Amino acid sequence: MALLARNICRVFNQAPLKSSARSIHVGATRFAETDVEPDQKLKCTLIPGDGVGPELVVSVQNVFKAANVPVEFEPYFLSEVNPTLSAPLEQVSNSIARNKVCLKGILATPDHSHTGELQTLNMKLRKELDLYSNVVHVKSLPGIKSRHQNVDCVIIREQTEGEYSALEHESVPGVVECLKIVTAKKSQRIAKFAFDYAVKNGRKKVTCVHKANIMKLGDGLFLRSCSEIAKLYPRIQFETMIVDNCTMQMVSNPHQFDVMVTPNLYGNIVDNLASGLVGGAGVVAGASYSPECVVFEPGARHTYSEAVGKNVANPTAMILCSVKLLNHLNLRRHAEQIRDALNRVLNDGKHLTKDLGGQTSTTEFTHAVINNLR
Amino acid sequence: MAGRCILKCVQPKNIIPQIYIRCASTAGLSGFEIQHKTPTIKKVMPIPKAHYGGRHTVTLLPGAGIGPELMSYVKEIFRYAGVPVDFEEIHIDPNSDTNDDLDYAITSIRRNGVALKGNIETRSKDVGVISRNVALRNELDLYVNALHCVSYPGVTNSRQKNIDLVIIRQNTEGEYAMLEHESVPGVVESMKVITRSNSERLARYAFEYARRHGRKKVTTIHKANIMKLSDGLFLETSRKVAKEYPEIALSDMIIDNTCMQLVSNPHQFDVMLTTNLYGSIVSNVVCGLLGGAGLLAGKNYGDHYTVFEPATRNTGASIAGKNIANPIAMLNAAVDMLRHLGHKSHAALIQNAINKTVNAGIITKDLGGASTSRDVIDNILKCIKQAQN
Repeated sequence: MALLARNICRVFNQAPLKSSARSIHVGATRFAETDVEPDQKLKCTLIPGDGVGPELVVSVQNVFKAANVPVEFEPYFLSEVNPTLSAPLEQVSNSIARNKVCLKGILATPDHSHTGELQTLNMKLRKELDLYSNVVHVKSLPGIKSRHQNVDCVIIREQTEGEYSALEHESVPGVVECLKIVTAKKSQRIAKFAFDYAVKNGRKKVTCVHKANIMKLGDGLFLRSCSEIAKLYPRIQFETMIVDNCTMQMVSNPHQFDVMVTPNLYGNIVDNLASGLVGGAGVVAGASYSPECVVFEPGARHTYSEAVGKNVANPTAMILCSVKLLNHLNLRRHAEQIRDALNRVLNDGKHLTKDLGGQTSTTEFTHAVINNLR
Repeated sequence: MAGRCILKCVQPKNIIPQIYIRCASTAGLSGFEIQHKTPTIKKVMPIPKAHYGGRHTVTLLPGAGIGPELMSYVKEIFRYAGVPVDFEEIHIDPNSDTNDDLDYAITSIRRNGVALKGNIETRSKDVGVISRNVALRNELDLYVNALHCVSYPGVTNSRQKNIDLVIIRQNTEGEYAMLEHESVPGVVESMKVITRSNSERLARYAFEYARRHGRKKVTTIHKANIMKLSDGLFLETSRKVAKEYPEIALSDMIIDNTCMQLVSNPHQFDVMLTTNLYGSIVSNVVCGLLGGAGLLAGKNYGDHYTVFEPATRNTGASIAGKNIANPIAMLNAAVDMLRHLGHKSHAALIQNAINKTVNAGIITKDLGGASTSRDVIDNILKCIKQAQN
C-alpha cells in the first residue's frame, strides 16, 4: 500500500517535469516581430541598508548625478533591526526581480531573535531571489598602504545552504544541534559558477576551500562536486586547500590565490580576512548572483553603526560596487570615468577617510571624486 | 569493426520515445538504467548553463575563412546594442593533426550550452582526423538542423519571391555515418545508417515545430524507391509519428523530384523533413534560390545543446579579408541565438535593423548590391541607434 502511494506520488511529481521537458527549442518566425520599445533609462533597485549605508548611498547618487549616468534608482528601505520602517520583503524582491539589478548596503543582523525566527532578512532575500553566489574581488587599490601589495584574488562563496540553513534545535536541554546542509546540485552549481567566472575573466587557477578532513561527508561532497566540474575545464588549474591552512596562507602569501570557491561560512571568513589585507571593509566591493539578477553590495559585511551620522565612513566600496553595476549594465564609458576618478583621488592621497589614515569626511571624499571626473 | 559500429546503432529493440527518456532522466530512472535501456541516446550529466545575473556566456568558434571577420562584426553589434551576452572564443588550428582544440571546443559548448560558429576547416588528410564540423555535431548529439528560409524583398538577384519554408534535416547519421571501407582492392563500401530512434525524434521535432508555428504541411524527402529499407524506415517512421498530429498534413516526395519542384515551384512546400545528405542538398538549393550562401542562418539542436551557424556550410576562404563577405547570415544566426537565450527585445532590435538594411538595398555584391561588408555593418549600427532613440 505504501509502495502504491509512493508510486502515485512519483507520478504526480513527474507531471510538471514532463511538461517542461516537452518544450523543445523552436525559434520564432523571422518577420513576425514588431518594433520593440527599448527601455530608455535603466532602472536599478536601491537598498541603503543599516548603519552608514544611507550615507554611502547618497555619495554614490551624487557621483552618478555629476557623471550624468542614465540610471534611475528605485529606493527601498529594508532593515531587520528597524522593522517598523522596513519595506515588505516581497515588494523589494519583486522590484529586484523586475529590474534585474540592485545596489545594496549592508543589513545589520541581531545575534538574538525576538520572534524565534531563525532566518535573517539577508537569508530570506537571498532565498527569495536564489542569489546563490557571492563574488568578492579583493584587489589592492593604488595609494592605500596595507600589509600586502598587488593582491588580486576573487572569492566565490555559496550562500544559500551550508551552515546558514537556519535549522537549529535543542534536542535535550543544554544540547543544541545546528544542521549544515550540503547538496550535490548546489555544490556543482557554485563550482561551475567559479570556473565560468575564471574562464570569462581570463584567470588561471581555481582553489576549492574545504574542511573535508573533518567533515568527510558534507565537505567531502562539496570537494567532490568541485573536482567533477573541474574536469570540464582542462585549461584551468584546480587546487584544493583546507580552510585553516587557507587562512594562514592568505595572511602570509596572498599572491598565490587566484579564484577561490568556498562553502558558505568559510567564504564569509575568508572574505573578511582578505578584505582586511587590502584596507578594510570600506574598500572592497562584492556582488551576489542568481541566474537572473545581480545584487551589488560591499564585500565585507559591516554596517559600521558606531559611525552613523559622523560623516567619516569610506564610500570607496560602495562606489566600486556602482562601477561594477555600470559595467554590468553595459555602461562601460561611465564605469571607467568613475573608476578613474576614484583612482586619482586615492593615488593623490590628499583626500583619504579616517580608516585609511586621512582626515577627510565622507562628503569631502565624494566631492573629491566628483571633481576628478573627466 | 564497421559491423560492430552498426550493431551499436541498431541494437535497441524497445524504442522509448525521446521525450519520455528526457523526463525519466530527471526523475525515476537511475543513471545505470538509462544507460542500459537506451544505449543509442547519448548520456549527459545535467549541468547548469552559464547564465549568471541575466548574462549568458556563449562559446564562439570563429572557424576558418571569413569566419573571424564575421564574428568581429557580431561582437561589434552586440556591444553597440548592449546585448547581455559574453563570448568564450576558441580558435581551432586547421593544420593541427590532433583533436585537442576540438575536444576543448566541445567541452566548452557542453558547459555553456550554446555556441555560435563559423565553418571549421579540417586541412589534415590524416585518416584519424575526422571532419571537425561533423565531429562536433556527433559528439554533442545535435540531431536536428533547422533552417527557416524566407525571402528578403530587398535582395534583387533572388530567383524566387515570397518563399517561406522550413527545412528540418537529420544531422548526425545517414550518409554521414563515416563508415567506409575497402572490402576488396578497388571496391569501396560506404554505409548509410538510418535508425528508428533518430528518425522518430527528428520527425517528432518537425511535427512539434509545425504545430507551434501554425504550419499546415510536412513533406518527407526520401529515396525509398531505391533504398527501400533505409529510406523506407525513415519514411515509415514519419508516417507513424504523423498519426499523433492529425491537424498537420503529411506528404512525401522523392529527392530528385524535390529539387526540380523547388526550382520551378517552391511555394508548394511548408515544412520539409529530410535525411542528412538530402537535407544538405535541399538547403543549398533553397539558399541558391534566395540569394546565396550569405543570407540565411541555420540552427542545430540536440536535447541539451544548441549551435547556431550560417545555413550553407562554406568557409569562403577566397574572399577572406577583402571586405566583401556578406555578414547577414552570421548576424541572423546571432539573432536566432539571442531569441533562443530569451533576450527577445535585443533580438528584435537587431533583426529589425538587419531587415531594414537589406530591404533598403544596402547589400554586398553576392546579393546584387554594391556595398562593402563595412557599409552594411555601419548601416545596421545606424538603424540600431535610430531604434534606441
